[in-house]
Amino acid sequence: MGILVHKDTKVLVQGITGKEGSFHTERMLEYGTKIVAGVTPGRGGGSVCGVPVFNTVREAKIHSAIDASVVFVPPAVAADALMESLMAGIGMVACITEGIPVRDMLKVRKVAEDCRATLIGPNCPGIVTAGETKLGIMPASLFSKGPVGVVSRSGTLTYLIVEALTAAGLGQSTCVGIGGDPVLGTSFTRMLSLFRSDASTKVIVLIGEIGGTQEEEAAEYIGRHGLSVVAYIAGKTAPPGKRMGHAGAIVSGGKGTAEAKIRALSGAGVLMASTVNETVERVRSLLAGSSAPATSSQEG
Amino acid sequence: MELYEFQGKALFRKFGIHVPVGTVHEKAEDIYTSHHVIGSKVVVKAQVHAGGRGKAGGVRVVGSMAEACSAAAEILSMTINGLPVRKVLVEEALQITREYYLAIALDRDNGCDTLMLSAEGGMDIEDIAAERPELLVKLDIHPHLGIQEFQIRELIHSFPMEPPHRDALASVIRKLCRMYTETDATMAEINPLALCRDTFVAADAKVTVDENSLARHPELREIQEMNEDDPLEREAHLRGLAYVRLDGDIGIIGNGAGLVMATLDIISQEGGRPANFLDIGGGAKAEVVRKSLEVVLRDPNVKGIFVNVFGGITRCDEVARGIIDAIESLDVRIPLVVKICGTLEEEGREILRAVGITPVSEIVEGARKIIGLVGR
Repeated sequence: MGILVHKDTKVLVQGITGKEGSFHTERMLEYGTKIVAGVTPGRGGGSVCGVPVFNTVREAKIHSAIDASVVFVPPAVAADALMESLMAGIGMVACITEGIPVRDMLKVRKVAEDCRATLIGPNCPGIVTAGETKLGIMPASLFSKGPVGVVSRSGTLTYLIVEALTAAGLGQSTCVGIGGDPVLGTSFTRMLSLFRSDASTKVIVLIGEIGGTQEEEAAEYIGRHGLSVVAYIAGKTAPPGKRMGHAGAIVSGGKGTAEAKIRALSGAGVLMASTVNETVERVRSLLAGSSAPATSSQEG
Repeated sequence: MELYEFQGKALFRKFGIHVPVGTVHEKAEDIYTSHHVIGSKVVVKAQVHAGGRGKAGGVRVVGSMAEACSAAAEILSMTINGLPVRKVLVEEALQITREYYLAIALDRDNGCDTLMLSAEGGMDIEDIAAERPELLVKLDIHPHLGIQEFQIRELIHSFPMEPPHRDALASVIRKLCRMYTETDATMAEINPLALCRDTFVAADAKVTVDENSLARHPELREIQEMNEDDPLEREAHLRGLAYVRLDGDIGIIGNGAGLVMATLDIISQEGGRPANFLDIGGGAKAEVVRKSLEVVLRDPNVKGIFVNVFGGITRCDEVARGIIDAIESLDVRIPLVVKICGTLEEEGREILRAVGITPVSEIVEGARKIIGLVGR
């Protein structure tokens, strides 16, 4: 059972008829995701890979119950699409879109909080519950089922690490990309708390990068609850003030350096890794050292 | 996108916030012609994206036109924090009664904007926050409602002030909030906000605009073009490439910001010096890869290139073709190390082997190889 989505989660694809939307709908269906409907305004009545397309989320909900949505809508209109599904009561929304204005995301994030919905992203590759379902664009063949939870701010770096974990026989429970933007729907800390309650996750891999203070907040949470975590932080060589690809990957005003994050995390007992192989080795050692769930104290 | 002081002030002016009368110059000689409207006592200020301008001698108060010209000439020849000064702002020197600090900044992890006010203007805000936090008032702005009147009242009653000054300050706060929201800013700092007798004047302006919002701000397009400090970065951005110039000699190209940053880190860990960050993005075609190599090769410091691609949507055969195209069309003479894994990796590797490139299978291996080839 995944921490966010599972094999029976009924999924809506927003922007389903677009190039990205249709391409990844096919791949999500191949993986076994239960995509029940798609939305592209003006294309209602059509279908993509056998999935019926509707003009609005409201129409789609009349046709089918929907548990989650994955959004492939261009940045200029993405915030509106997110509002639409959040305010229609969809409790789990993953936004793949990159380039959404920050001001828009401040508003969307508040709506998600007010609706008590989980918003993942934006600018993220999505979620994979190994062997069950995938929302988004992560290459399915990389994943195998196992006890390692993965939460990351990056895309391809995550794939490299997941690939290596799978090759080493260390399968994954759930893998979540929380996104590369500065204002995100869900933090590392929130994801860690979900992993903590998940009996099938024994060790967590946290892949962070420069910018913001999410990793430091996560370190505080990890220290308080004693989770088994391996962390990889990218961007030690990033110069201050420069946006390193991701809108959120920027050291500004002296804050958000890789050093500060590494210090906070190792101070909280997290095992740090500087290469993909080191990440795998540290995970292996944590798994060997314990067969208990990801918390060191058993809490009901 | 960081704005220069003169650009920030132009925005302030547009939204009704008083700024000193001033003109911008790229050449010291031009000051003679416009100077007379300002008066004799003026401030000459370097326009650079660097802190500590004053300490570096980039801000001078002078008392005559001749002095303004020579100060400008000197400042225009300076480099502050590695950035050459290309413009100066010449403005009236203000008669300041009191200096305040007023700023709005995005608190990304809390998901809101924060407004800050202090009666200790002119100081570094971090110093105020650290040493005299009681002198700094902060409040969060609701993402949907914006700043509320009661919040403005809280702010203007935080410090002892004459009632007319309170009203004037309230007005500045409202205008700054409007400017900040309508421009899609992520930071707008006025330090100092100078009280000149009974008027508040923004003596300085630090404004940062959200790059993701530039598509809906055509009025800022000129600024965007003007503000690229580095010519290689400007070229790369015009070609839609995420590129940051660094000062080493090993060019780096990869797909995915995290992966590229990790590659830079590993090169550095192994003793090499990255020359740049370049992210080709997802699903890149051969042409994008060829363009990337072209951009990286324009850096005269580059003595070798490491290409690190993980193909999910991106196809390794496309990447390989782009590399071959670049080698052929650009007459590449420097060593190239390539790691390509994922979708169609065998096809991609075949294409590379055919021209004598042996791809590596691990990043650390690739890093050591390129560092060895480039020499320390």
